[in-house]
Amino acid sequence: MSTVTEEPVAATPVVATARNRPVPDWRGWLFTWPFAVVFVVVFIAPLTYAVWLSLFQDKLIGGNSFVGLANYTTALHDADLWSGFGRVFLFLVVQVPIMLALSLIAALAVDSARLYARGLFRVVIFLPYAVPAVVAVLMWGFLYSNNFGLTASINGWLGHDLLKPFAPRWILTSIGNIVTWEYVGYNMVIFYSALKTIPAELYEAAEIDGARGWQVIKAIKLPAARGAIVIATIFSIIGSFQLFNEPNVLKPLAHNAITSAFTPNMYAYNLSFAGQQYNYSATIAIIMGLLTAVIAYVVQLRGSRKEDR
Amino acid sequence: MSVTQRTINPRLRQRPERSPLHPRKSIAMTLLMALFLIYALAPIVWLLINSTKTQSDLFSTFGLSFGHSFAFFHNVKETFTYQNGIFLRWLGNTLLYVVLGAGGATFLATLAGYGLAKYRFPGRSAYFAVVLGAVAVPGTALAVPTFLLFSQIGMTNTPWSIIIPSLINPFGLYLIWVYAVDSVPTEILEAARLDGAGEMRIFFTVSWRLLLPGIVTVALFSIVATWNNYFLPLIMLSDPHWYPLTVGLNQWSAQASGVSADPIFNLVVTGSLITIVPIVAIFLFLQRFWQSGLGAGAVKQ
Repeated sequence: MSTVTEEPVAATPVVATARNRPVPDWRGWLFTWPFAVVFVVVFIAPLTYAVWLSLFQDKLIGGNSFVGLANYTTALHDADLWSGFGRVFLFLVVQVPIMLALSLIAALAVDSARLYARGLFRVVIFLPYAVPAVVAVLMWGFLYSNNFGLTASINGWLGHDLLKPFAPRWILTSIGNIVTWEYVGYNMVIFYSALKTIPAELYEAAEIDGARGWQVIKAIKLPAARGAIVIATIFSIIGSFQLFNEPNVLKPLAHNAITSAFTPNMYAYNLSFAGQQYNYSATIAIIMGLLTAVIAYVVQLRGSRKEDR
Repeated sequence: MSVTQRTINPRLRQRPERSPLHPRKSIAMTLLMALFLIYALAPIVWLLINSTKTQSDLFSTFGLSFGHSFAFFHNVKETFTYQNGIFLRWLGNTLLYVVLGAGGATFLATLAGYGLAKYRFPGRSAYFAVVLGAVAVPGTALAVPTFLLFSQIGMTNTPWSIIIPSLINPFGLYLIWVYAVDSVPTEILEAARLDGAGEMRIFFTVSWRLLLPGIVTVALFSIVATWNNYFLPLIMLSDPHWYPLTVGLNQWSAQASGVSADPIFNLVVTGSLITIVPIVAIFLFLQRFWQSGLGAGAVKQ
């Protein structure tokens, strides 16, 4: 069987009970080693380095010195970090449910045979996903702008500055709209792919049982999409906590509303590249990574626990 | 589309208007869904219309109607010639990063996902656990340390600082793994082995064809991710000659404010349009092929 690799055979004692202890088969590494090597370079190494960095401080006097967890203690009391965290958390709690609900509605409609031109809807709603975040923000930024945007036109008609997308109290909503626009179709496709795998016999059985419309959705479609909903929720949580591109590109247009510590990620970025505080920046990156992982893990646990019932 | 593939019970076919598989089409639902279409298309339509305007028309005319003059071709020419044609250079850079970065990412994810699905090798479960755990690590948490590492070996400000991190796509590996389990029958591999083919040869002659819908799916997501990449090049590159389109466009846009403000909004609008045309074309071309790839992923989840 193992004609390709000789060395594992030599390493394994050839015993009569080989049926219970099969010869290790190393051939899988032929395919998996290139990914593993690059993975170590661009994932494991930076992660390790970030942990290392977070344990040091670079001081004017004394240079680079080991400080243990002092950076983490500082971060725990850092008002800038936690106000940024509060902001992305609020964003997460409001924007993600709205977006995922819209995606689910769109997926159910596109999956439903009652919709005309389903293929067209599926492609066009997914289309904004292909638009680079930078271009998406520039486009919406123009639309929001009081100089030449739709906002300006609407306010002009009303004769009153009703819409102020760049005002501090509306800026999070404005960003939420851009993120929703970018990802509603992406999540729709994830849900739709799950719905498409429902076997036709299930629908036929439901038909015989007399189930109609909403009953079919509740009893068949939503349970089938639950795994996809958990996955999409986890991706959205990760995306919210990483929020960077949209506020960073929008910042020149709304400099009153978007500070350099608007989101934890912008804070870490500005600490590094404007403040040269690499050690503290790495600490914040690690804290955000841990918080994200914990929340994503809890969501996954809750999602799968429901499945057991 | 998919309804036609489902087996239809002959008993139900006699009264198609009542069957849940062939209900009557609903105009109300279609109109309601048209709101989604308008939402998705409005900014793109705005971009199309406004790429035909001069800078003064941008300010003075209504956003969703055409301006006083049709300046589209003038704008395109300006976009490609402004600052000695740096936009063309950015377009070339983006293509380079996409071909090597997304191409490499698809290749590595395909090989590794296939290896994980079809071979039981020592370290396999640890491999899988580590890579899946990586999906949950925020990519941006790694960006600053990656920058510092790369700067120590003098690799920042080179194309490699963009291409090498783009090569890893854990979600792509996962999709290929899920897809390969069912779509590459182990019997075919056994038969090829009996014929004396090596493992690599089996992959490059037989298996990759069976994996094609999965590969196209991963390629689509990798291409979109690389084409749209902003955070990584923003951190890694300081020389505008290596910028991709996204970072370059944002720099043009930022030119409108500050001390030496020199707004070129018409070029930002036209440049944005030129940036999305190729990726939308690739997207529309590939999306027909990959549905089954993602579908398989959804079953396992």
